[in-house]
Amino acid sequence: MATRERRPGSRRFSPAAAGADLLLVLWFAFSLFPILWMILLSLKTQAEQTSTYFRFTPTLENYTTVLSSEGERITSVDFTGALFTSLVTSLGAVALSLAIGVPAAYAAGRWAYRGSGDVMFTILSFRFAPELMVIVPLFIIYNQLGLFDTAFGTIWVLQLVTLPLIVWILRSYFQDLPEELEQAALLDGYTRTRAFLTVALPLVRPGIAASALLAFIFAWNNYVFPLILTGSENPTVTVAVTRFLGGGGQAYYNLTAAAALLAALPPLLVALSIQRYLVHGLSFGAVKS
Amino acid sequence: MTRTDTPQRPPAGEGSVRRISARRRAFRPYLLSIPAVLLIAGILYPFGLGVYYTFLNYSAMVPEPVLVGLANYAVVLSDPVFWESVRVTLTYAVTTTVVETVLGAGIALLLFRASLVGRLLERLLILPLMIAPVIAGVIWGLMYNPQFGVLNHMFGLGSTFDWLSEDRALWSVVLVDVWIFTPFVAVLVLAGIRSLPREPFEASAVDGAGALYMFRRLMLPMMWPYILVAVIFRFMDSLKIFDHVYVLTAGGPGGATRTLQIGAYQNSMTNLNFSLGSTYMFLLWIIVFITARYLVGVLGKAQRRAAGTED
Repeated sequence: MATRERRPGSRRFSPAAAGADLLLVLWFAFSLFPILWMILLSLKTQAEQTSTYFRFTPTLENYTTVLSSEGERITSVDFTGALFTSLVTSLGAVALSLAIGVPAAYAAGRWAYRGSGDVMFTILSFRFAPELMVIVPLFIIYNQLGLFDTAFGTIWVLQLVTLPLIVWILRSYFQDLPEELEQAALLDGYTRTRAFLTVALPLVRPGIAASALLAFIFAWNNYVFPLILTGSENPTVTVAVTRFLGGGGQAYYNLTAAAALLAALPPLLVALSIQRYLVHGLSFGAVKS
Repeated sequence: MTRTDTPQRPPAGEGSVRRISARRRAFRPYLLSIPAVLLIAGILYPFGLGVYYTFLNYSAMVPEPVLVGLANYAVVLSDPVFWESVRVTLTYAVTTTVVETVLGAGIALLLFRASLVGRLLERLLILPLMIAPVIAGVIWGLMYNPQFGVLNHMFGLGSTFDWLSEDRALWSVVLVDVWIFTPFVAVLVLAGIRSLPREPFEASAVDGAGALYMFRRLMLPMMWPYILVAVIFRFMDSLKIFDHVYVLTAGGPGGATRTLQIGAYQNSMTNLNFSLGSTYMFLLWIIVFITARYLVGVLGKAQRRAAGTED
């Protein structure tokens, strides 16, 4: 992404460049307007939420309400609790995937052992399989095992999201790592384990960080797993935000907007911090940036 | 995802360094993969159970299910509601994929020409993509609201125009998908364009080729593998779409946005007919599987062509 040299075939004419800029501005107006609108709505009072569009007196009250027990009393949504659950389950899911995925990715990247292709493609197929095929039976199993509506239950099922991402990205990092480095360490008398821990692992640290953060984003943003596998005790933020809309009687659109923005903030911040690695990760290593 | 196992050299000279038996060395990759394989088993078990449900009459009404053979498949495949779901899903998936690919590739090309404006805006490209789709659904739901939604106000549509009415709902949820996922195509294609070698362009410029010719005969074929990767991801994800559609319409009105995964959810979780829901899902799974095999084959061919190893 850093190189911006001009290539032949991308000659600049000023009228064409102006037209291109105009088209880009049009796209970004469409793309950014909903976010802007949510920010505005989240700053309105209860009275202004349905009566005004752009002119109003901004207040931060909605944010404090959403996060307080007062908000929980009004809307019966424990949003702070949901934020905490999302943090625990997303971090837990990433940690479990790293513990399981790093050795598997190393094995698949270093040695073409019999069956490695099968393991890798089964893991990849989790990414593309329709989730409900697995969740409905899991819903019944979880109810029998007492895992329904628990953080651990969510962490376990989130492996469908985080594990393929981490294993596939890290395998491509291990494949790109010259094997001679580890062999040099072995010649120096290191054990295989120590060569892996002190030579290979530090060199793929950017890959681990990028894939872990991207996996965190997707775990945080997941909706369908906690929708079915959690209830009133341990819902994640994505489920909690939709609950602001539910229930008859009073509508709290301004609170909904504030909650939606709070829930969207962590993934947005993480994404901006790893923008360099994003393309590689989003395409499961198929496209390098 | 396109790279299959490239044959790798065995770690040369390792045995001479450490006295480890060849057998133990051969086991090492398996040892390292054991946790992953166990986890895979833990995921495949419920999957297998789901397939088993499709041969039962398992529901909340029938807690002690019995085997019914292919009865669920007969019920589902002769049900017009199911075929309507198939139609909705395919319409949704094809429309979103085509629109997002064209728009995304266009945006990538515009950003590649990168004026100062473009360079500043590029930083903001991925914002919608990183918001949870269900939250995007909530955001758009508030904007679509006929009474106070900002869209009706801005376009002067009054409070009777309903974005989520029976004949408009599908296109309104498609629009939200376009909003979320066009940046996905754009960032992939942009990274692809930026990684293209410059020599072929220089050579054909020396030969006096025009800009349009170069775009059609050079740039497009070389970009094609990147576009295809984006198409595969988008099409496969659209086939199992759930999050923002469910929160916007819950499949309604009248089944207008009842995609296959929403249909399965209604069968399994609303009507608690686990067997019927699983049958929906297994049929969708078969569609996804066949599509994936086909698209990956097309991708492999395009990559070989772009690399010049096949004409």
